[in-house]
Amino acid sequence: MSRSLTAGKKPPVLQKIIVTVILSAVALVWTVPTLGVLVTSFRDSKDIFSSGWWTVLPHQGWTKTGTFEADAALDLDQPITLEGTTAEFADWRAGVSVTPDRQLKWIGNKRTHTVEVSERRWVGFGVNLTWDNYANVLSAGEIKFKDGEGKELSRLGNNFADAVLNSLAVSIPATLIPILIAAFAAFAFAWMEFPGRKTLFVMVVALLVVPLQIALIPILQDFTNLDLNGTYLAMWLAHTGFGLPLAIYLLFNYISSLPRDILESAYIDGATPFITFVRLILPLSVPALASFAIFQFLWVWNDYLVALIFLGDRNRVVTSALAAMVGEKGQDWHLLTSGAFLSMILPLAVFFALQRFFVRGLMAGSIKG
Amino acid sequence: MSSFPMAAPEKAGIKYLKLSLLFVAAVVVLAGGFVFLKEYKDSKLLLILFAVVWGVGSTILLYTVLNAVAETFPRKVRTWVLPLVFAGPALVLLVWFLVLPTVRTLGLSFFDETSTKFVGLDNYFYAFTNPTMLESFGNNLLWLFFGTAGTVVLGLLIAVLADRSPWEAGFKALIFLPMAISFVGAGVIWKFIYAYKGEGIADIGLLNAVVVAFGGTSQAWLQLPIWNNFLLIVIMIWLQTGYAMVILSSAIKNIPEEHLEAARIDGASEFQIFFRIIIPSILGSIITVTTTIVIFSLKLFDIVRVMTGGNFGTNVVANQFYVEQFTFGSTGHASAIAIVLLVAIVPVLIYNLRQFAERKAFA
Repeated sequence: MSRSLTAGKKPPVLQKIIVTVILSAVALVWTVPTLGVLVTSFRDSKDIFSSGWWTVLPHQGWTKTGTFEADAALDLDQPITLEGTTAEFADWRAGVSVTPDRQLKWIGNKRTHTVEVSERRWVGFGVNLTWDNYANVLSAGEIKFKDGEGKELSRLGNNFADAVLNSLAVSIPATLIPILIAAFAAFAFAWMEFPGRKTLFVMVVALLVVPLQIALIPILQDFTNLDLNGTYLAMWLAHTGFGLPLAIYLLFNYISSLPRDILESAYIDGATPFITFVRLILPLSVPALASFAIFQFLWVWNDYLVALIFLGDRNRVVTSALAAMVGEKGQDWHLLTSGAFLSMILPLAVFFALQRFFVRGLMAGSIKG
Repeated sequence: MSSFPMAAPEKAGIKYLKLSLLFVAAVVVLAGGFVFLKEYKDSKLLLILFAVVWGVGSTILLYTVLNAVAETFPRKVRTWVLPLVFAGPALVLLVWFLVLPTVRTLGLSFFDETSTKFVGLDNYFYAFTNPTMLESFGNNLLWLFFGTAGTVVLGLLIAVLADRSPWEAGFKALIFLPMAISFVGAGVIWKFIYAYKGEGIADIGLLNAVVVAFGGTSQAWLQLPIWNNFLLIVIMIWLQTGYAMVILSSAIKNIPEEHLEAARIDGASEFQIFFRIIIPSILGSIITVTTTIVIFSLKLFDIVRVMTGGNFGTNVVANQFYVEQFTFGSTGHASAIAIVLLVAIVPVLIYNLRQFAERKAFA
């Protein structure tokens, strides 16, 4: 820490402990939801349906420890005494606790005379790890899994593998194309003289906050006329159009702050604006380009609204495939959790690898005085 | 730097030959790629690889060709054609995808569901009197107020506390993490937490397990009016607090050390420092974060769509926009709702423009 704020009235050590406890609690609350989905996605489907994911952690639970034969001479129509506890037959069949940690249960009908013993014991880390959920959610064919009672069910897979490929085909161009187009425009706004330059840039700033909903219906009409619905091209165009205001704004801020001398010396050397831009401005702008690239990639990969409207059920991307799964298979948590995690892996990896650039982009994107 | 045509030494004939070749190549690549993408069905992997290369390559090609054409013009013409080449494509897309649609949506909002009969302000009358719309407005207010307040207050609190922790980076990374998760993904994560299996069945949802552990009874939380709205708002707070935290944290670190030291020497308590120095110093950033999240909560769609579909009293305006257009096919109603959303954001838009004017970016 570059700076210490611990010169208050409380003793620094106590303050440090309080701060750490509060932050740990918040961090725990923030992490547990994701952790639960991660753990569940690797559990056996039968386990998922019959117990909460937190049972993989050490906990006290009832475990069967054995059975014994009850005395054959017992009169079952009278209250029965077993291990010092007396209860009706119906109660024994439902299970009776003889001590807080020991439970007896009559198995079957009155003739069986079999009693099952369960004890409350500590159960350590226990999980039946499996990749089946992932294999099932990726598959397009018929899949089989067991429900809570161990009954085998079958469903048609959601073909998540295809959705991941579609997401890549949408996201990569929908990230690179707007960057390129915005960089050219930002260069023009920053370093070229043309009529209406200022007015047009004010328009860009105004468009920054315009809600997407305003554009969806007319653009859908255009795409229908052009027969583009359901194609990658439609998604690239839409995401480029909707992403451009922020891209131009961010890149303008960066490119306009580059020193004028660089450009002038390039022009004196006889370079055209195009060559100056490609060989000089673009390489110098890499930090800003990277910031926006991460921003746009996360936005496009995680987008649901645009995909829902312009792709529909053709070429489903991960978000629309996952949302469709919530609708069709809302209780199939083994598929939902593994699908959710598959949809999160790439953005999380990009995010952690390039967090520095992302934060810089966030700051630059916030319009401040 | 001679690989690009520079309009000077080459003979005019060769220059135009090269240019027309480039032009033909561009047309072939653009049209051929488009047809190939439509027709090719064999290998998905190959198709996607081609799509990516074609999409990005075409954009590069477009600028190269436009520039090559512009550079054949005489110098005087070039000075006004070149800006057109550089900024033109961006402006065309902005006009096609945002400026014109705004005008067109406004137009559609005065027509009926088939966009053929002029109905005046009927759609707006509907937007402000229909019970579902009124419910949606009410819920959006809940989102606006509680969602924004929760996010900003928590973000600020964490930023201030983390600033005093030796494990600042670690804590911040964990709280920031949900920013990378889609709303749909977050929807699944939280739906699993709110899961309800039915009476007497072992709970697999964390919320019900906690409630039962404290002596309560399991509930189908997402179907419990009013409370379900707050349970959905929690998801937004979970997703967005990281954003507020990062912006506010960097603002806090920019407060000059001397201000804080001076206050301490004068005997100010940590609370006084927080309210009298930290808050006023970062007010600008707080406003920025607040407006961003306010806009976000007005446009909110995905979470509600995935979690409840707007049922059980959780509808919001953006979801009703979707339902009107794509379930009921009522373009007039949907357009009016979109315009209402835009108007709600206009104050922020004006504020942004003012801030921008003050910065004098075009000196």
